[in-house]
Amino acid sequence: MAGFVSIRNLRKSYGTFEALKGIDLEIEKGEVVCVVGPSGSGKSTLIRCINRLESFSDDSTILVDGTPVMPGRALAKVRAEVGMVFQGFNLFPHLTVRENVMLAPRRVRGANRATAGEQADRLLQRVGISEQADKYPDYLSGGQQQRVAIARALAMEPQVMLFDEPTSALDPEMVGEVLDVMRDLAGTGVTMVIVTHEMGFASQVADRVIFMDGGEIVEAGPPNELLGAPKHPRTRNFLSAVLNH
Amino acid sequence: MNLVETFFNVDVFLRTWPLLIEGLWVTLQLGAASIVAGLIVGLFLSLFRLYGVAPVRVIARLYIDIFRSIPVLVLLIVVYYALPFVGVRMSPFASAMTALTIVSGAYTAEIFRAGIEAIPKGQFEAAAALGLTGPQRMRDVILPQAVKIVIPPLTNNSINVVKDTALASVVAMPDLLKQATQAQALAANPTPLIVAAVIYLAFLWPAVLFVTRLERRFGARSS
Ligand SMILES: Nc1ncnc2c1ncn2[C@@H]1O[C@H](COP(=O)(O)OP(=O)(O)OP(=O)(O)O)[C@@H](O)[C@H]1O
Ligand SMILES: [Mg+2]
Repeated sequence: MAGFVSIRNLRKSYGTFEALKGIDLEIEKGEVVCVVGPSGSGKSTLIRCINRLESFSDDSTILVDGTPVMPGRALAKVRAEVGMVFQGFNLFPHLTVRENVMLAPRRVRGANRATAGEQADRLLQRVGISEQADKYPDYLSGGQQQRVAIARALAMEPQVMLFDEPTSALDPEMVGEVLDVMRDLAGTGVTMVIVTHEMGFASQVADRVIFMDGGEIVEAGPPNELLGAPKHPRTRNFLSAVLNH
Repeated sequence: MNLVETFFNVDVFLRTWPLLIEGLWVTLQLGAASIVAGLIVGLFLSLFRLYGVAPVRVIARLYIDIFRSIPVLVLLIVVYYALPFVGVRMSPFASAMTALTIVSGAYTAEIFRAGIEAIPKGQFEAAAALGLTGPQRMRDVILPQAVKIVIPPLTNNSINVVKDTALASVVAMPDLLKQATQAQALAANPTPLIVAAVIYLAFLWPAVLFVTRLERRFGARSS
């Protein structure tokens, strides 16, 4: 059965180094998948392949809603359906918060200024940033910036949302506000793939947790199984290292 | 006093002033036209150099390196005196503008390239992830940020272009310098040259101060 996001034999090398060694992963519509694993295990590389920010081997395939993620004209169309939230926020510093959210709907969807503006205000309210809409991103805290980044991605009404360690660059007191927004989002039926070190969060929101190590999926399963009773020794080692940290 | 009589002769100044103003006008037109054309050439060259397919990249790179190496005066003389042998005959203004634009475009391309490369990778990625096409990413996200970075070096380059317009006097273009040397010959007095020098200064010194201020401001912010 092909999933909504279908990843088959995903291989990616940097020179002679194999960062991904043939990943197979089917993600259902509306599923929330958390990806965990040690540093350098290929988590970022995996989700960056889904919208092809990283190229990958020719004999690998990734389908999003049946469309192959291939270089060329269709790529921007696929990317418009796949939202991404980065560790470092990557807001556009020359645009106000509202303009950050409005840009892609206007350019890619052809929305007019009024419609895009209203939609932006609605999304900013949803992530709790309405008061800051006319400010420039540099004047916001990290937690606020990341919530704007989520609103910006949501403005395209994506089918899938990718998160690459969205709270790792945040001061501890701001992690909660971003996770709250993501938790709400998980409840709305958006398909989500989340790379995270927040095990508590993963165990609450994930339908499935995937443990990666050395460019492979070592083990996958529902959070209570994978996090509660891991089968593989590498998973156990990783979890005990994280929990004793 | 004799020195004042010689270098700043009021009578000569009054007689030759209209000639110099005519020359100044030509210089400004030539400078402005070459700067604008050079900006356009440079922007596209930098994009070819960065994002073109391999052969296009190589050609852009060759262009940029060659025309930064060649003296403008040499290029100008080639355009004006050599091209007619292959049937390309241009007016002094067109020759000068061509030479200045070609060279300014090469420098401008490097300035734009440095500006684009200074934008963090995450900006390109965020724009791409939203589904913006390559040209949209450039226009809406990258170039608006790069402009701030490139304004000081572009102003510097523009100053150089205006200074180099003086070279056009060798192809008989009636620019400020040419008019000044002619006026000097007519009046048998160097006052027009001194006045011309003062006029160049009056236009370019403020530009130099402007660059210094911008550089200090941007420098302060980034540190
Ligand atoms: N541009 C690159 N060039 C060479 N090697 C790279 C490059 N990007 C990533 N790698 C390597 O690929 C491997 C996987 O990297 P990746 O960033 O996907 O790991 P990760 O699981 O996200 O780690 P982290 O938890 O530290 O973010 C690492 O060994 C890394 O050194
Ligand atoms: Mg990573």
